[in-house]
Amino acid sequence: MLKYLMARNEDIPPGSAAVYWGYSSIVWFVIGTGLGAFNAAKLAFPDFVTGLEFLSFGHMRQVHVMAVIFGWISMAFGMTMMYMTPMLGNTRLWSEKLGVWNAFLWNVGLSLGLTVLWWGMNSGREYSDFPWFIDLYVLLFMTIPLGINVWMTIIHRRTQGIYITNWFFGAGTFMVSIVLLVGNLPEYFHLTGLTEAYLTWWNAHNILGLWITPVGAAIGYYTIPKITGNPLYSHRLGHLHFWSIVVFYSTPASHHLMSAPLPEWLKSFASVEGVLILVPAIAFVSNILMTMQGKWNMFVENLEVKFTVTGCLMAIPLNMQGGFQQTRAINWYIHGTGWIVAHAHLALLGFSTFVEVGAVYFGLQTIMRKKLWSLTLGNLHFWFLLVGFTTYWVSMTIAGLIQGAGKIYEVPYIDVVIAEHPYMIARWLGGSLVFMGNCVWLFNMWMTARAGTVIPAGRMAHELAYER
Amino acid sequence: MNMNFREYKLGSRFFALALGLSMCITLFMPSFDIGSVNATNIAMDKQLWAGHESGFSLDDPLLLGWHKPLKVLLKADPVSGQPMDATYAYVYEKGTPLPNGVLHPDNLGSVAKRLSIDKGHILESNKNTGTVFLVKMDDQKRYYIENASATLGWTPEGVLKTAGDENTQHAAAGKSLFVREGCWWCHTLLPEQTQDWQVFGAPPMLGDFNGESPTAFGSDRKAPDILHVASRNSSKEWMMLHFFNPRLVQPHSIMPRFDYLWGPVDANGQKIDFAKWRTEYNEYREGKRITPPEVPTYARNSEIRNLIDFVMNLK
Ligand code: HEC
Repeated sequence: MLKYLMARNEDIPPGSAAVYWGYSSIVWFVIGTGLGAFNAAKLAFPDFVTGLEFLSFGHMRQVHVMAVIFGWISMAFGMTMMYMTPMLGNTRLWSEKLGVWNAFLWNVGLSLGLTVLWWGMNSGREYSDFPWFIDLYVLLFMTIPLGINVWMTIIHRRTQGIYITNWFFGAGTFMVSIVLLVGNLPEYFHLTGLTEAYLTWWNAHNILGLWITPVGAAIGYYTIPKITGNPLYSHRLGHLHFWSIVVFYSTPASHHLMSAPLPEWLKSFASVEGVLILVPAIAFVSNILMTMQGKWNMFVENLEVKFTVTGCLMAIPLNMQGGFQQTRAINWYIHGTGWIVAHAHLALLGFSTFVEVGAVYFGLQTIMRKKLWSLTLGNLHFWFLLVGFTTYWVSMTIAGLIQGAGKIYEVPYIDVVIAEHPYMIARWLGGSLVFMGNCVWLFNMWMTARAGTVIPAGRMAHELAYER
Repeated sequence: MNMNFREYKLGSRFFALALGLSMCITLFMPSFDIGSVNATNIAMDKQLWAGHESGFSLDDPLLLGWHKPLKVLLKADPVSGQPMDATYAYVYEKGTPLPNGVLHPDNLGSVAKRLSIDKGHILESNKNTGTVFLVKMDDQKRYYIENASATLGWTPEGVLKTAGDENTQHAAAGKSLFVREGCWWCHTLLPEQTQDWQVFGAPPMLGDFNGESPTAFGSDRKAPDILHVASRNSSKEWMMLHFFNPRLVQPHSIMPRFDYLWGPVDANGQKIDFAKWRTEYNEYREGKRITPPEVPTYARNSEIRNLIDFVMNLK
């Protein structure tokens, strides 16, 4: 892949960039979930690997989060953009070379960023932990070049309309760049106090709301119609989804700080807007599920559909929680507890990851023209991820409710720690399953590239029978 | 090129409008509320002891506690040597970046800004020569920052010498450790408004943060809130044991050991044998020893000293 960095744009086979992004994302997924499982072990057994600063919990926790957000999820997004955007515009990617360079610089920047974080060089701001020089790099060499490629491909498309997936891709890359620019102003201009605290959560909220959630959904809008052969149920619901994301999802930042002394009007406003997040959520879920009409057998038979629809189904509890847990009536109970940790994993490891995994499976087979090497391993991956995630989510939700009760009844904190212990073990087991599933995935995709059956011209990957 | 399609032009304009409006409400409008707040005495104390920045900065890129102010307890006047009421002074030695409210007095809010400039002479502070600050109250009970180097002629060297090492707190360097070592992934610095009053103490107020960076509230509480921890436990001895190995004082704790912050030698300059300590501790845990091994006393210039100074400052 690296040989294409110096090749002329015309000489790079179409799809190369997508393959590079795709495999990178899988490797980051393995690394990120491996770190997650390691950290979870430390919360269950605090004396597991001790005495070394570099392997201490406080040094590794943010490395896990940044590796999965910027390594796995965002690179999987890049992968899908590299192949879906041109296909939906009936054209080629605007610049394959930029795409390959972008993936290369992404990997380099992220490796550098995670190294300095690991070292302890961090800004002390959650979700914008990188020091400002890495933040600048992320913006200039990671998200903006990705956006340029997407926007130019959309502009140079050879279809008249723009399909819904591409609205989201175009808007998502634009919005994430704005969010990273504004959200890091405290570091660029040394803003302090409540301004800093608020912008930290403005940034965190909008990375999720204007990047991870909408782009994840956009991917589902492509995968499901494409593989089932059904047209999207309703374009108009798609409109509703898009516009309500922009209007409602971009505003509730301060609901992350409900118990901080921010202006009360701001918190109330955020809460109301936060409930309205249910509008895009319901529009998305119903649109995808209605598109499945008549093809529900594929939910069982086809691996990519299985992943995507499972992800979509997880968006239901995700948004039910998301809409209501941030209201004052509920937030006071579960704020700052494991409940929120469970919710965050439902968003990133549940909904978003499952949809992306489906699209990465589908895209890599389609571009490489190779059938998936083993369905058995694919199914194993699915069940490891699902069982692992569910174990994690259930145990953390229970732990969160215990913490919440401990909090309001002012139970001595150590009793809460003791009561949580079994759930910390369960969380670690769940996380380890996810990690193992991903190792299986990496192996399966590696074998697919090397030994997968060639897909004949004019056929699609899912039309061929699996061989293993 | 199909971008001239009327719907898309309209769509892009609405998109800009919607996103712009959302930014106006969530960024521009709150900036009036937050910007109009006067710093409380808590905020002044905090920004003076924590200094310009506790996270990554060019003055302290590896978060090792470089260029940090010191908080000292003075019991005698550093110029005359006469005894005086115990007073906290904040010492910014030569080369230490000035606190945010002094660099940008607007941060203090209009009243505190005017008092700090007129009565406190903060505009005469100088990074190149070093400055000593105090938090003062005027006769109408309004707080402001005073540049004691300008008003009283106190020099950083003089103040440090008068106070002595035992009255000098490296709390700012300790806050950098709080950020570097990830304490804030488990501990919050934000008692919640709805409960927490009895155990963790009073939640902070709107003006308690001016000039602090980063605020490091923390979001995921796996451990007690420690904004006021020194008010409920002010034993340095307990803290020392607890940081070396939390299971020594709290068998069920999941807090990591921070023994590596002791550095290579103890208070007497003796090399600390960590391997031996761990073996003996394991024997104790398995019931082969009656008492745990002794925790080494930390050296004056060790990182753990800074961290404990920081924790002791969380009143
Ligand atoms: C893995 C989570 C975790 C990390 C990281 C952590 N702690 Fe703790 N800490 C705890 C738990 C749990 C307790 C409560 C049990 C106990 O007393 O050990 C605690 C207790 C404390 C206490 C006593 C609180 C009280 O109410 O009496 C202090 C002080 C403290 N920690 C400071 C720190 C500092 C400073 C750091 C960073 C160097 C840190 N902790 C890192 C989990 C953590």
